[in-house]
Amino acid sequence: MKATFSIRRGGREGGELVDYATEVSEGMVVLDAVHQIQAESAPDLACRWNCKAGKCGSCSAEINGKPKLMCMTRLDTIDITEPVTIEPMRAFPVVKDLIADVSWNFEVKKRIKKFKPRPPDAEDGTWRMQQSDIDRVQEFRKCIECFLCQDVCHVLRDHEMHDEFIGPRFLVHVAALEMHPLDTEDRITELRENFGIGYCNITKCCTKVCPEHITITDNAIIPLKERVVDKFYDPIARLVKIFRRK
Amino acid sequence: MRTRVSALHLMIDYTTFEHDVLVIGAGGAGLRAAIEASAAGVKVGLICKSLLGKAHTVMAEGGMAAALANVDDRDNWKVHFSDTMRGGQYVNNWRMAELHAKEAPDRVRELEAWGAVFDRTKDGRILQRNFGGHRYPRLAHVGDRTGLELIRTLQDHGIHQGIDVHMEVTVISLLKDGDRVVGVFAYEREHGRFRVFKAKAVILATGGVGRAYKITSNSWEGTGDGHALAYHAGAELIDMEFIQFHPTGMVWPPSVRGILVTEGVRGEGGILKNSEGKRFMFDDIPDNYKDQTARDPEEGWRYTQGDKSANRPPELLTRDHVARCINREVKAGRGSPHGGVYLDIAWIKEKLPNSAEHIKKKLPSMYHQFVQLANLDITTTPMEVGPTTHYIMGGVRVDADTQASTLPGLYAAGECASGINGANRLGGNSLSDLIVFGKRAGEYAAQFAKENSHGSISQEQIDAEAKRAIEPFDREGGENPFVIQNDLQDMMQRLVGIVRNESEMKEALDGLRQLNERTSKSSVTGNIDFNPGWHTALDLRNLLTVSEAITRSAIERRESRGGQFREDYPNKDPEFAKFNIAVQQDAEGQMRISHVPLPEMPAELKQVIEEMG
Repeated sequence: MKATFSIRRGGREGGELVDYATEVSEGMVVLDAVHQIQAESAPDLACRWNCKAGKCGSCSAEINGKPKLMCMTRLDTIDITEPVTIEPMRAFPVVKDLIADVSWNFEVKKRIKKFKPRPPDAEDGTWRMQQSDIDRVQEFRKCIECFLCQDVCHVLRDHEMHDEFIGPRFLVHVAALEMHPLDTEDRITELRENFGIGYCNITKCCTKVCPEHITITDNAIIPLKERVVDKFYDPIARLVKIFRRK
Repeated sequence: MRTRVSALHLMIDYTTFEHDVLVIGAGGAGLRAAIEASAAGVKVGLICKSLLGKAHTVMAEGGMAAALANVDDRDNWKVHFSDTMRGGQYVNNWRMAELHAKEAPDRVRELEAWGAVFDRTKDGRILQRNFGGHRYPRLAHVGDRTGLELIRTLQDHGIHQGIDVHMEVTVISLLKDGDRVVGVFAYEREHGRFRVFKAKAVILATGGVGRAYKITSNSWEGTGDGHALAYHAGAELIDMEFIQFHPTGMVWPPSVRGILVTEGVRGEGGILKNSEGKRFMFDDIPDNYKDQTARDPEEGWRYTQGDKSANRPPELLTRDHVARCINREVKAGRGSPHGGVYLDIAWIKEKLPNSAEHIKKKLPSMYHQFVQLANLDITTTPMEVGPTTHYIMGGVRVDADTQASTLPGLYAAGECASGINGANRLGGNSLSDLIVFGKRAGEYAAQFAKENSHGSISQEQIDAEAKRAIEPFDREGGENPFVIQNDLQDMMQRLVGIVRNESEMKEALDGLRQLNERTSKSSVTGNIDFNPGWHTALDLRNLLTVSEAITRSAIERRESRGGQFREDYPNKDPEFAKFNIAVQQDAEGQMRISHVPLPEMPAELKQVIEEMG
């Protein structure tokens, strides 16, 4: 059976959807169809991919308008009786065809203070941590940096506030550092003043698209918002501050 | 600095960058090398073929082997060393195996200091799991996504170290000044622009060659770039015949064939069965592993659950052996419907309450991989698995302590280097290899860079490379490079796979000649911006080079050992335990084979091996 894929072709200046028909077989994913089209009729069709197993987060795209990993989207989970559109992520500039310019994300990460552990617990230079104390951080560290959460976040996608807001991916990164049992660094002030955590209004779109099923909003962003509130808006702390000034 | 040269009728621009140490490849070994070199105070450049953090290291699942002795206090470097040598069938470089066993624990602890979050023991230390060929639970791990943890930890540490990262840049060739490697010629992907990198020392950390085969766990990047770059520059490669076919790759649906199913499934109690429901691994246990292997299923189960008095189940024998047993079952007509065998972890429900939750907790990404890609729930249903091309033990011949290649200024670490694994790598020894020898390569390359100034690169070299690189655009009506790549993969799978013989491999050499011919006439369409057809045309040269090296070395080794199984020479031959097989390019550009004698192992290490049995 043949299916038609409408794929965005073109560079930074602009592009258009071009239809390609290709044979589909049992178990195929969208990335297989793209590869087949490359081999059959469009060897210059650009797409990123590496592991083809949902572990590297390279092949993010919008399939019928929904942000997904191409390698994990089986054709039997979407309607292929109609042309399937495949486009690059919309929250970033396009480079060519299905390639988005995600370089902004790498710049954002450098602005976040790195891990700073407390002195080792044991004489041999090692630490002790209980599994129950790291479960939460391990959830955040499952992130494969596919940037689908950034793509779907309306603050970035619709309002283009890339200068003021670091996006769900990097709020998860900050959460993984802040909630790391060994970390001693403080990133709460930056969260409020530089990372724009206040712009997130908890619509949970990011959580819904996460291929690693990280509960981004509930487990990472909301607790960070609470920490910001505790530091800057806690009424008792404010009173203490006022008295200290006097 | 931008320079313009004329190649054919096109005018070609290139930009020049200068670093003290240039690292090619940003997986575990490359990142670790870059961090070390940078810490030594030299200016470091890091070239990634993809985006930073996407390298094939993320696919490593089971863990990294290090004799921390957190779970079993009988473990130490001597046991790890002797396990590694036995697994490699004693053609390993003993010094690398020694350094690796001694230094891996420190390298793992260092990752924790950089933010890695390993699974924990009850007393809060790094948890270790069982794996094939390791006598004691030795693999530090994070569920079944240890490679991701490794690469992310190194990446997040590395981005604050002042390393210049060049993403989506591919190296086409090494540039030389006399014998010495003094830089590289490369292109960036977005606009296909050429770049010259001048460096006082270059470290290859480019990973493997899996894309030479049709069924592989490797991503598109695994095209043997470092192997081929080193070879064309005149360095020696050794052990290229030793390819690891991982016993358990997915076999269905067709589009996911080859994707890895972690050995951790067997470490957690998973068993292999044929279509008759028989647990066949008990039928064939090699003599030198007999007294380390469980006598019955009950003992095997106890081992996986941490009983220190029990021996490991035969599913956890070395990968070469398990892959051949699976191959044999399938050939004998006892395979599963799609040409594999069954890997069953669901059976542990007989042993554990809440087994479904237990499996999801221990093997989360395997659970999701099968639900999403194969529509199968591993907590209730056995998986279909079969061998997949996973790893090459062979690579650039390096000095054990410094990772220096046979060319001045050129270093190699990780999968593209050779020596530590011998004829077969133990699972879990790869991630630890990356950090142990990545660090050493970074350290000694930095030292070389401090002691030497930049070499000079002739304009002729650059012109010749640029001309060769754009040739596919100048040919019209040639074949699509993807088609040639597919044909190469089919042929290598068929003729130089798990079971080999001389006549098929000679046929493969003829096939390679024809594929080389076709490649030299292939053409690409479209413009030079982010053009995968062009990238494939350039990668093909590397794939063809490593395929030839694999085939010639495999023909030369007239015996069966580890990753090489010859049906025309099915036994081990002690004569072949005395040397490694090396390939090098001769003055006429032909591939020349030689024998490099194995260095003599010092008496105290021989004694360690004897003591460990």
